[in-house]
Amino acid sequence: MLELYGTEFSSRMLLGTAGYASPDLLRQAVEASGAEIVTVSLRRESARAKTGQGFWGLIEELGCRVLPNTAGCHTAKEAITTAQMARELFGTNWIKLEVIANDDTLQPEVFGLVEAAAELNADGFDVLPYTTEDLSVAERLAAAGCEVLMPWGSPIGSARGLANKTALKTLRAYFPDTPLIVDAGLGAASHAAEVMEMGYDGVLLNTAVAKAGDPVTMARGFASAIEGGRLAYEAGIVEPRDMATPSTPIAGTPFFKIDNAS
Amino acid sequence: MQILVNGEHFTTDANSLDELCKTLGFADAKIATAVNGSFVAATARARTRLAEADEIEIVAPRQGG
Repeated sequence: MLELYGTEFSSRMLLGTAGYASPDLLRQAVEASGAEIVTVSLRRESARAKTGQGFWGLIEELGCRVLPNTAGCHTAKEAITTAQMARELFGTNWIKLEVIANDDTLQPEVFGLVEAAAELNADGFDVLPYTTEDLSVAERLAAAGCEVLMPWGSPIGSARGLANKTALKTLRAYFPDTPLIVDAGLGAASHAAEVMEMGYDGVLLNTAVAKAGDPVTMARGFASAIEGGRLAYEAGIVEPRDMATPSTPIAGTPFFKIDNAS
Repeated sequence: MQILVNGEHFTTDANSLDELCKTLGFADAKIATAVNGSFVAATARARTRLAEADEIEIVAPRQGG
């Protein structure tokens, strides 16, 4: 079971709701994924269109736990205000905290991130920070009260997989008891399996499913990969080695010529 | 008075944030608000006075990753 801020989940996939070709496709993809947590955002509402009202109806139908984000915020203050609006709007203390440094890489602005995390944690939020894989930042976030950390795999939407596996492994080793979720940059189901085989607690993705040729089938593919990777981790993966070692016993091999036999 | 609503210039006689939201047709809508970068809870909108050049944000649930 995945436990985040005192709540248990059987699925280890957190799925984003953006970028689907239609609301119906989003609904089908979430159902196929088995995800119990979906990320949402808040955006300026138009008096004429009232787009948000229809979207909220769809989210309620899904029956998932809602994780609002602060996507697009560039400063701690913007993120804090956005989180406060999200708490009222979605009725949850949960917040996926994003403070962005650079629009091309969507890299976390880690100084503002730590500042916002400390203030939001003190204000009763359950903060899930989207961060880099940097250990020193992770330590600051944990010290600021974050009980979950979400390092990026590679830049959001890039589908490149894990850019810095060594650092991700280091994070896992340094935080054995903290739920760690790789958030962003995954493209293929094998990337998700790799995350889970490393002992990570979960995966958060969006574009890889939403923009797939067949999002519903891809959602199922990721769900299988996440489950497979987790099972492999729990089972204990054999250490790689440089030389071959026979998997079939040598003893009793037919036609085997014993040296010095006469 | 002239204010900014979601980044656009807007002329209004609304005295309070609550009145502005109602004028814009958000009386029963699922929205959250901020004035000049600070969150204003739904329960505080009626007592939140508006002033010239205030910057208002009105947001709603939307798709996100």
